[in-house]
Amino acid sequence: MLDLDMSPYGPFVWGAYGVSLALLGALTWSIVSRARATARRLAAMERPPQAASDPS
Amino acid sequence: MWGLANPDRFMRLTRGWGLALGLVALGLIAVGLWLGFTAPEDYQQGDTVRIMFIHVPAAWVSMAAYVAMGAASFALLVWRHPLADVAAKVCAPIGATFTVLALITGSLWGKPMWGTWWVWDARLTSVVVLLLFYLGVMALRAAIDDEGRAGRAAAVLALIGLVNLPIVKFSVEWWSTLHQPASVFRGDGPALTADYLWPLGLMGLGYTVLFAALWIIAIRTEVRARRITALMLRQARGG
Repeated sequence: MLDLDMSPYGPFVWGAYGVSLALLGALTWSIVSRARATARRLAAMERPPQAASDPS
Repeated sequence: MWGLANPDRFMRLTRGWGLALGLVALGLIAVGLWLGFTAPEDYQQGDTVRIMFIHVPAAWVSMAAYVAMGAASFALLVWRHPLADVAAKVCAPIGATFTVLALITGSLWGKPMWGTWWVWDARLTSVVVLLLFYLGVMALRAAIDDEGRAGRAAAVLALIGLVNLPIVKFSVEWWSTLHQPASVFRGDGPALTADYLWPLGLMGLGYTVLFAALWIIAIRTEVRARRITALMLRQARGG
């Protein structure tokens, strides 16, 4: 059965899970956001000049 | 293997891997968490035993990531392959994050069980040394302007740091430590019951696959970043 009552150790258990979520979330976000930005920038640089200046 | 080491082929072959592995990791971690929170509390440690399901996998990955960085550094120094340089470079911050995570979650587990947040015993100290090697590799690379020289210097430091890994692993056997001895990878089999072994195994696998996903995405990003730099240099030279 699912047990979410961690007393009397709640602050330690939930603190550990919270820190893990925060750090792994921040690491994933930083890597993925940099990946997207870099891919966009490279795609723009490799686009042929006439396509880059085409407003459509 | 060598074919994969070609940056262009690597980019083709690993397209979509980051997302796929990320989703697999998410699934493994979700099932691991469910099993972890439905497992009975430990008769001695109570609910703090659930910290094990995130602390131990983080510690495993902190060491596995260093092995990966060491292997890439070796490949860079021996074969001077640019993809090995990229792989070693982007591995350091990911490994450092998992090491910080292992230290913080360990401290949060230690306070209620040992009565202290921190003790300078052999296991904890050797993990701090592991973190210092990660930070040192990153700092050394950042301190040298020439990318090639920076990569080689960082690779040498990373290889020196490999010596610390057996110390981390066997510190609890070689010295008298407050940290408990190994309870999974032991000569006479795991000391955990299936109630704990399954969630721990799934979380360990989930963290490892998450590391692989992040590493692949970061390698692909760095390859692209270097292409951007090369294009900018070509444009600056009027090519």
